[in-house]
Amino acid sequence: MELLYAITLGVLTSCGVYLMLRARTFPVVLGLTLLSYAVNLFLFAMGRLATGMPAILGEAREYADPLPQALVLTAIVIGFAMTAYVLVLALRAQGELESDHVDGKGDH
Amino acid sequence: MTLALIVFLPLLGCLLPLLTVRYGRSLCALATMLPPAIGLFLLWRLSGDVFAGKVLVQTWPWLEQIGLNLSFRLDGLGFMFALLIQGIGLLVILYARYYLSKSDPMGRFFAYLLLFMAAMLGVVLSENLLLMMFFWEMTSLSSFLLIGYWSHSTDARKGARMALAVTGGGGLALLAGVLLLGHIVGSYELSAVLAAGDLIRAHSLYPVVLVLVLLGVFTKSAQFPFHFWLPHAMAAPTPVSAYLHSATMVKAGVFLLARMYPALADTDLWFFLVSITGMITLLLGAFTALFKHDLKGLLAYSTISHLGLITLLFGLDTKLAAVAAVFHIINHATFKASLFMAAGIIDHETGTRDMRRINGLWRFMPHTATLAMVAASAMAGVPLLNGFLSKEMFFTETLQQTQFGNFSWVIPLVATLAGVFSVAYSLRFIHDVFFNGKPFNLPKYPPHEPPRYMKVPVEILVALCLLVGLAPAFTVAGLLAVSASATVGGDLPYYSLAIWHGLNLPLAMSVVALVGGVLVYAGRSRLYNWYEGLPVLDAKLMFESAVQALVRGAGQFTLLLENASLQRYLAWMLVAALLTSGFWLLQLPELRGDVAMTPIDGVTLVGALMLMAAALATVLWHRQRLIALVMLSVVGLFVALAFARFSAPDLALTQLSVEVVTIVLLMLSLFFLPRRTPVESSSLRQVRDLVVAGFAGLLVSGLAVAVLTRPYESIAGFFLANSKTGGGGTNVVNVILVDFRGYDTLGEVTVLAIAGIAIYALIDGLRLLTPVTDANGRPWARDAHPLMLVNLSRVILPLALMISVYIFLRGHNLPGGGFIAGLITAVALILQYFASGVQWTAERWRIDYHYLAGAGVIIAGLTGLGSLLFGYPFLTSTFEYVGIPLVGKVELASALLFDLGVYLTVVGATLLILTNLGKLSVGRNAGEAS
Repeated sequence: MELLYAITLGVLTSCGVYLMLRARTFPVVLGLTLLSYAVNLFLFAMGRLATGMPAILGEAREYADPLPQALVLTAIVIGFAMTAYVLVLALRAQGELESDHVDGKGDH
Repeated sequence: MTLALIVFLPLLGCLLPLLTVRYGRSLCALATMLPPAIGLFLLWRLSGDVFAGKVLVQTWPWLEQIGLNLSFRLDGLGFMFALLIQGIGLLVILYARYYLSKSDPMGRFFAYLLLFMAAMLGVVLSENLLLMMFFWEMTSLSSFLLIGYWSHSTDARKGARMALAVTGGGGLALLAGVLLLGHIVGSYELSAVLAAGDLIRAHSLYPVVLVLVLLGVFTKSAQFPFHFWLPHAMAAPTPVSAYLHSATMVKAGVFLLARMYPALADTDLWFFLVSITGMITLLLGAFTALFKHDLKGLLAYSTISHLGLITLLFGLDTKLAAVAAVFHIINHATFKASLFMAAGIIDHETGTRDMRRINGLWRFMPHTATLAMVAASAMAGVPLLNGFLSKEMFFTETLQQTQFGNFSWVIPLVATLAGVFSVAYSLRFIHDVFFNGKPFNLPKYPPHEPPRYMKVPVEILVALCLLVGLAPAFTVAGLLAVSASATVGGDLPYYSLAIWHGLNLPLAMSVVALVGGVLVYAGRSRLYNWYEGLPVLDAKLMFESAVQALVRGAGQFTLLLENASLQRYLAWMLVAALLTSGFWLLQLPELRGDVAMTPIDGVTLVGALMLMAAALATVLWHRQRLIALVMLSVVGLFVALAFARFSAPDLALTQLSVEVVTIVLLMLSLFFLPRRTPVESSSLRQVRDLVVAGFAGLLVSGLAVAVLTRPYESIAGFFLANSKTGGGGTNVVNVILVDFRGYDTLGEVTVLAIAGIAIYALIDGLRLLTPVTDANGRPWARDAHPLMLVNLSRVILPLALMISVYIFLRGHNLPGGGFIAGLITAVALILQYFASGVQWTAERWRIDYHYLAGAGVIIAGLTGLGSLLFGYPFLTSTFEYVGIPLVGKVELASALLFDLGVYLTVVGATLLILTNLGKLSVGRNAGEAS
């Protein structure tokens, strides 16, 4: 299972990095989102992979590590704020420069 | 105190000329004379001690940790230099009063001059070597200002820059040398360094120290191959040339040779480096001077030659040679300063410095001519003048050398040859300018004598030349003895300052030089023709092109890394991150740890494959943006499922709701952005990116495997044990968020609110083109608000809100909480905006989301502060079980209030972001950029 998880993380990271290296803002945002998925999953896995033991007292005999979960929860929400901010920057660039190139190069 | 005062008087006095210039030029010059005059008086008060052979040291601690003290030292050498600096300084100020034209800003000139004087005095009077370095650099800077005084002239600017680059660069080398010296000796105080000569010479770093210090010396004193800056510094006003480039600044280098003599001299390396450099400079300078048609050019090369002579004397490394060197420093300062002043007068009165045009001035200015002729004779080494005495001593010393073995005859030969040229160019200075027919095409005609007081400084200096030359024993002997003994650091051997030593070899050399010089000058026209045929080495051109090449190279190197392409920066950063973290991963002996892996089940396998497939599809179709977006949402859904699969229900819920909001956001922005991505990257670039991405994936996979298969210790036990008893909740994740790590959460919701406001600010005033059609050219559907969606969304709203309340309330004990509830509420409200339009919703739901987000942060913060009232630390939570009729026992925790703050912030910030984006598309016709 751990190996499968690691491979999935690797694929997500590769896809994210490749898209981040593109020249247009929208693919970059997509790549950033993919990368943040990978990062969140990675951080989450630092508490190890547990099956059927959520950290809710009284529900199971053993519990998964709640600390990485709490950290990742806020990370997901902050990640949304970051994505939104980057997107609005991209829109602003589109409005000011009439181009969605990351270097602000005009299309015409 | 006195010593510091001598240095700081001119430094503070810089203000005097600036303040007095408005009251007239003479007053300005008088005020400027005050600091050096007082300085001379103070120096005279101390002269008794100095002539008794005492070394005065005055120290104030400054930065003791790095060995820098404000300590000053006055001994014979420093006294002699301080006398020159202030004495000639006074004369130069008087001279400049008449030299500067009315249009030149005089206050500025004198301020620079005093600044330079302070720096120079600091160099010669510093006891601490670091302090001396400070003043050393100050001389470079102030001379830059003085050379570039006529800043409207390109020559002046370029000359100033060249001088600064060369002497400043040498200063850096010297600094390194001084730091090494301090390292070897353990102190930067000169007394300690001078006493540690044996230690320094025996140290393995001695050659390095010597070369670094000599670099500083040679650049400052214009020694070959650094001599080229001095002729270009002649673009300075002539008083500056007379002061800096004959009497003082260029002497700073040879001063340092004298100062460091006891510490660094007396080795073969010193002998060869210093004497050979001196010899080349001596000969080259004397030779080139003859061919300069520019009056100041001739004097500049002559100065280079004389500096070479002094350097050579120090290099000869005998005590008598050092005496001769010190003597020549004094003599050269007097005759060269007066010659520069005379050249300035001639330039002033004729308007040119070209010796091919200035002829026969004897008829027009006999007074000046007499003065200049005496000074030039001193320069040539004619008997009965001061130059003769030191030159004789020099000739004598060259004959004593055996260091070169069978080639020892080279030194006297070079000396005589240089003497021949020196006589020849001095003769040229006299004959070309004052005789040799009539003036030719002068800008100012007829020339006449300068103002009376302009000649006074020249007269004083020429009188000194004569006095020293005629009666050395009564004039200079005392000063020479005390400064020379301070130089060599001990008693002096016997020497005689007599004019007549009998018929001996040095006298013969002098005679050869005089006769040879006359002969060379007689055959000058043939020599000029031959010199014209030599290839021209334009130092300025070479220097400028070297500087430009350097700038170009630096620019290209910068461009290599920084070409304003964000793509490239990102790639560099990724590669750097990969290398640094990959390096440590490779250090692991084994990637896989000891902990056994858990078995894979079918459902998880399928889920993982779907996730990977969706991610790859996102990349594959990233040019068709809408499809890529759909694929991305699939990835997000599977990530949520992964959280659920691995025992994290809270995360799954959060991810799911965030996913919805994110996709809505992306769709909204996609409306304004181009629908398709053009193919831009070259195939090579794509391969590069694939390689980088591939390695990034490998790295993350490797890291994950390495961590997940190794044993692990967690602090989770604490949270699990205290969640119920301390935080009053069974959902440990939520208790951590609102209680244990409440401070973090408070920070995070604040960031969320700030992001919302920042996005509002960015969107405010933004105007975007609204596209008329979709990517395939089809017009938008006419029905903006489909009936089914409108009706369904209105039914769903209360249900969704109820669920969010439920999720919020149960969050403390079961999966849920403020974050998730807030996102669900936001989604439910956004659906209304979607279905019924921004306007319709805004009319019915009048809430300013700024206030909502702000209120959330305030509630969360106040809850935290509340605990302070009860004497607990910030954000301590409390809880109580309350019995409510019919409902039963209900737990009320203060953490719930905190979670309410979180809830409100999430709702506020999310809607702030989304509705503002949505508003962009409202209120304007399609295709119109309003």
